[in-house]
This record gives sequence, structure tokens and C-alpha cells, in this order.
Amino acid sequence: MYSKKLARLAFGVLAESTFKCPLTRSVSSRVNAARSLCSWTLCLHHRQKNQLSEGFSRRLTRLNVRTVSQTTVDPAEVRKFQAMASKWWDLQGDFAALHSMNDLRVPFIRDNLLNMHGIQQLGKPLAGLRILDVGCGGGVLSEPLGRLGTDVLGIDPVEDSVRTAELHSSYDPDLRERVRYQACTLEELAEEEAEGFHAVVASEVVEHLADLDAFASCCQQVLKPGGSLFITTINKTNLSYVFGIVAAEQLLRIVPSGTHDWEKFISPEDLERLLESFGFYVEAIRGMMYNPLTGAWSWQQNTAINYALHAIKCKEEPQPGQVWAESENLDKPGRATNYS
Amino acid sequence: MFTFAKARLAVLGTGRRCVALRAFSGALRGVASSESNEESSTSENQLFDVIISGGGMVGTAMACSLGLDPNLAGKKILLLEAGHKKEMDRVPETYSTRVSSISPGSATLLSGTDLCSFCNVLSVWDACSDALITFDKENLQDEMAYIVENDVIVAALTKQLQTLSDHVKVQYRTKVVKYTWPRPYHVSESIPWVQVTLANGKTLHTKLLIGADGPNSMVRREAGIPTVKWNYDQSAVVAVLHLSEPTENNVAWQRFLPTGPIAMLPLSDTESSLVWSTSHQHAEELLQLDEESFVDAINSAFWSNENHSELVETAGSLFRTALSVLMPDSGSARQLPPSVAGIGPKSRVMFPLGMGHATEYIRHRVAIIGDAAHRVHPLAGQGANLGFGDVAYLTKVLSQAAFNGKDLGAMQHLLEFETERQRHNLPMMAAVDLMKRLYSTNAAPVVLLRTFGLQATNALPPLKEQIMAYASK
Repeated sequence: MYSKKLARLAFGVLAESTFKCPLTRSVSSRVNAARSLCSWTLCLHHRQKNQLSEGFSRRLTRLNVRTVSQTTVDPAEVRKFQAMASKWWDLQGDFAALHSMNDLRVPFIRDNLLNMHGIQQLGKPLAGLRILDVGCGGGVLSEPLGRLGTDVLGIDPVEDSVRTAELHSSYDPDLRERVRYQACTLEELAEEEAEGFHAVVASEVVEHLADLDAFASCCQQVLKPGGSLFITTINKTNLSYVFGIVAAEQLLRIVPSGTHDWEKFISPEDLERLLESFGFYVEAIRGMMYNPLTGAWSWQQNTAINYALHAIKCKEEPQPGQVWAESENLDKPGRATNYS
Repeated sequence: MFTFAKARLAVLGTGRRCVALRAFSGALRGVASSESNEESSTSENQLFDVIISGGGMVGTAMACSLGLDPNLAGKKILLLEAGHKKEMDRVPETYSTRVSSISPGSATLLSGTDLCSFCNVLSVWDACSDALITFDKENLQDEMAYIVENDVIVAALTKQLQTLSDHVKVQYRTKVVKYTWPRPYHVSESIPWVQVTLANGKTLHTKLLIGADGPNSMVRREAGIPTVKWNYDQSAVVAVLHLSEPTENNVAWQRFLPTGPIAMLPLSDTESSLVWSTSHQHAEELLQLDEESFVDAINSAFWSNENHSELVETAGSLFRTALSVLMPDSGSARQLPPSVAGIGPKSRVMFPLGMGHATEYIRHRVAIIGDAAHRVHPLAGQGANLGFGDVAYLTKVLSQAAFNGKDLGAMQHLLEFETERQRHNLPMMAAVDLMKRLYSTNAAPVVLLRTFGLQATNALPPLKEQIMAYASK
């Protein structure tokens, strides 16, 4: 589970020395403290403190506005990425758990979208819908969504992953038409595609973000009114520290040490509050559990470690009295324009 | 169990009470006569979602089943068959020799409940003793099994396929010469699909190959799937029998001779189908006999008591008495099998028997079903039913996978299919093989053992119900 998240370099963590190459365990163990600095950040030109939850401090000490082309990855790293990039689609390989997470994610997304839009067509239940897959990696989630009939745009800052994804989907004529990939940032996309998508999926991405506010704001921009936002991420609890950091990183070495920063985990309540402040209504939160013995995921009541969340962009303007009082970002200029 | 929505076997012909089939609305339209259904649009490298290799009963049923599934709507499915298209505008007046007994579970898969040739009772007994077991349902309204000619099944399914021709294509007279397997995970520059090379030089690609090509399956061989198999030293002789007098023919009879079981399956009031498994040499002799001698041989096989020994008879009757004291209500009244007057005009045929089981039913992007995966002795009439069970479960698994947006050839759901079907098939096959071996001998201890066993089983209705339930799935 954790190593799969590694591979999702979405909005990167830009901590200088602690950020390790989030590829696979085998790579990291071979390469001592490999750095992948080809990730990028959502953080704009100033650092924002998140006041919503105590102790939720970002580790950014330096701001870098980078695009993929300005990556400082050295050629050796690029080659390793290239080597690893082919492993995305080895179903029994290092990304096996990410593939098996599809058993939960895809029905979750599909059923919630079907509830809202109804079955479009037999055999292609989600035909006609547009979905944005943020941090798509090798396209592990984009492809099943494409097979269900949606038009998927997968974005990822890592060009090699995007290339792998494109290559993999190029063989299948069905997917070729429906699934597109782009190596870019969410902000860049938000400028072009305002209100263009029925749903945004950010799976195993939020725990790597530098700036959740900007992420939420961009999601809000690209979604149509009434559109859905699907997030899967890790909770910030003692249990997630024990299992996600200590067990997975240090004891069992499922992920290289330092990949996850417990400070960046976010609890469902905090995430819910954050999203509500950006004009979302959180419709469902469900806990997920990974069984390392069987390699299978299952739903559970408890959201202590992993959870999935479904939020909907509010259609109408929220009442000023209700929402704005909770939001603590009143100093942001031009905020009102977000609620269009 | 997946049910064909509104599938009906076509009603064709008249005056045949036995195979009452109802037309699928519109099925009779476009029963085209063109022999080859060559796709005019088949380009050199057309990619299909599913290719089914082998258009027998199980292969054609698989194609129909996939074509009718709502979650697989829009998927491109192709059926490849080396033989001719089996069309029947009318059910022929005479029965053909190959028939199958279709369990109610398979019948649900295949059609509505319009098959009239049913058998209500299955009566099995030992030639070496008087032990008899009768499987019957309390309420004789329910059928235990349907006896249907294989050709009729295939023709009806073919007709059904024609209504699905927008996404299910069939190519007849098509022989496959080579399969090329994909790598387990795709490497750039290699094609990730299964490549099927035909005799006419074309190459087709598919995301999932289903092998339904019979006991000598090329798919299984080329995939390198190890198979556990052995030949029984037996061949089965099949023929159509005319009974000496019309009777309410709803009992299937099977007698275990030391050379092998002889079975009579009802087709109509006056006709039954014969399946006589015996040694190769005896089978050849039977084929050479003239009609009268053949009929005599059949009758004596059913009626004669030459294999009884004193010891076994005494022991058997003692046991029966004991049972009747313990369980006075058990056992139904003993019926007698009908006697045979003649045989049908189509010639008798024989085919060798064997047992086979593939150790794996699946590989990456490949699945095998039907006789390609498992082959049994016909003594229990289960061969076709196991195949139809495979069809139903594989359709269910693929349907769910498609609804989850999965790649149809992915191992995860194929493994689920394999596990479930092996769990069901293996006990059945083991039981059939055991029965065959148990009844192949004349030795007194074994005969005594099976005599007691059979009588005891006959006296225990719950046990019989369990057996019937398992066989009916």
C-alpha cells in the first residue's frame, strides 16, 4: 500500500533533504537516500499556514515553483525512473497493492457517479462523463475508469510516468480514444479547464501535497457545479503512525524511510472542514484497510488509517453566515470569485 | 446462475412431442444460408475483446452467454469453429445418436422450460447383484434432467447467436494454426494481446482467449498446461433405440455390467438413446453385428442374470431384508426397463473414453472450459453439465470484471473462476472415476461392498437428495 503511494508523485513534497525518491522499495534500497526532485509544488509565491488544524505544519521551508521541465533530477535518476516506469503495470510486482486498491476505488467512484447521473449506456455505465485523475502515475486508476466509458484526463508531474501510461493505453483502441494524459500541474490545468469536469479523482495524492488550500481551490475551479471530488488518503492518528510510518517504513521496509511525513497526513474531519470552506459538501467518508498477507483491500467502518472521501461541489452560493464564519482564510483576496 | 434472458430453443418441426422448442421472436429471420460468416471487415490485425476457440455445445453456449450479458454489451466477441455451421430449419424426423443429459442448472442456462424430453427418474442397478438405486423426486412434476440431442442444442444456440450478430461474430470453417502468448506484463514494443493465427494466414488479436476446443484441446496444449489424463480401456457405443411398446418414457436406466455400464436415456415415448460403454474389442464387435443381434445383445445386457453369484444374491437379499426392517418406507417400487425392438436408421457409432483434467484452467489472458478442461466418463451424464457450469460461472466473473472496468484478461478474476470451478468439478470427476472403477470388477468382495453400499444409499433419502442436488447444479 505504502509503496504504491510512493509511486504517486503528484504534488510533491519539497523538503530538501528528507524527501526520498518515492519509487519502489527496491530502488530506494539500492540507491541510498535517492532523491527525486522532479516533483513540484502547488505552493505559489508565499507560504500559507494552515490554520485549520493544530500542528499541521508544512515542511516547506523553501518555495520552488517548478515545472517538470525544470526538474533537477540527475540523468542517473531519470534512467532509474525509466526502469521503474515499466514496473507500473507488473501486476505481481511492486505496485500490486495499488492495482488491488482498484477493487475499492473504482466501485466507489463508479457507484457514486451512477447515483448522481444514472447509467448512461449498457456496457459503458459512465459514458459521457469527464473525469480528471490528479497524480495519475502510470494510469493505474485512469484505465479502469476509461473502460467504464468516461473521458479521462490523467495528469502527473513526472513525465516518465505519463509516458508509461500513454504507452500502456496506446495498445487498446478503446482506451486510446478515451484516456488522455498530460504532464502538467493542476494549477496550469485549472486555468485552461475551468468547470470542465464532472469529477476529480485524487487518490493517494493529498498526503504528498504541500498546500491543500491551493489544491482544493483548483479542484473547485475545474469541477462543474454539482461535480464530485474523490480523495483517498491516510488519516493522522496514532494508529496511522504505528502502521504507516513505523511498521511500513522502519520495521518492514515496505516503503523507504521518510517517504511519508506523518505531519502531512490529514484527518477526515480536517479535510472535510477544509473542503467545506471551499464550497464542497462532503457526502461520504469510508475507511479502508489493507491486508498485507492477502494483498487485498477491504472497506471498514474505522477510518483510522486509510480512508476514502466523496465530496460534491455545491451548486449554489453558500449562505454567507454559515460558511464564511468557519473559514479562517478571510484574508484571501478575491475569494468570492471562487464560488461561482 | 446466469440465465439467458428470454432465450428459447427454437420450436421447429411438428409432431415431435419430445423436443418442444419455442421460437425466439425474430430468430427465424435471417437464418441465412451462407456457409461462411467471414467478416468482410476483418482487417489483418483486428482486436477482439474475447475470442472463443471451438464451437461445440460449450463454446457456442459461452458465446451466447457473453453476448447476452448486459455488462458486456459493446464488447467484441468472436467464435471460431473448424466445422460447418449447424443449422436446422426443422428438427429432423429421426433422432441423431449423440445426446446429452442436461441437468436443471444447465437447462436454466440454455433455455426456458420448454424441453419436453425429460426424465423424472434415474434408475441404476448392478448386473452382479440385485442392488438397485433409484433417484426420483417425490413430486414427479420436477424434472431431474433433460435428454437433448447435441445437434439440437448447437443449432438452437447458433440461432440465438444470429440475433446477437452486432457484437458477437462467428467464423466457421476456420482453423487455428498457432497461438502466440503475451508476456505477463507488458514491455514496450511487444504486443500485449494473445495472437491467433488462422490457417488462411490472418492474425487476430484478443484480450482474452477462451479455449472450448474439446478433450484434445490445442489451446491447452499450446499454453503448456499440464493435464492429468488416462484412457479407460473402453469405448462407448451410441445408437437410437426403438422400444417394443410405447410407454411413459421418463426413466433413465443404467446397468453396470462388468465390462462397463449400459444406459438407456429416454427421448420420446417410443425411442431412447443408448450409451453402452464397453471394452474396445466388444464395442467393435457390437458395431459389426446385424440389427437383430445387436438388439438381442442390448436386451440381454439389461435383463440377464448371468453375472449373479449365489453368495452375492444371498447376501444382498439378507441386507435388503434388514434394511426394510430398519427403514420400512425406503425404496420405491421396482420398475423394469423397457425392452428394445429395433434401432434407428442412423448408424451406430463408437468413440473412446478417457478421463482428463487440466491442472490449471487459466493462464494470463487464457481460460479453458468444457472438455478442454475436464473430461469424464459418460456414466453419470455429467460431462456437458460441467461444461455449462463453467460457462455460467465464467460469464458471471467476466461480467463483474467488466462492470469494475477491469481488463478482461487479468488474472485476478480468472483465478476466481478457476478456484470455484475446480472445487466443483474435481469431486464430481473423482466420484465418477471411482464409480467406474468400482463397477469394473467381478470380484466378490468388491461386489458385496458395492451391493451393500448401493442398497444402503437407496434406503437413505437424504443422501440421495444430496447427490441429486449436487448433480443438478
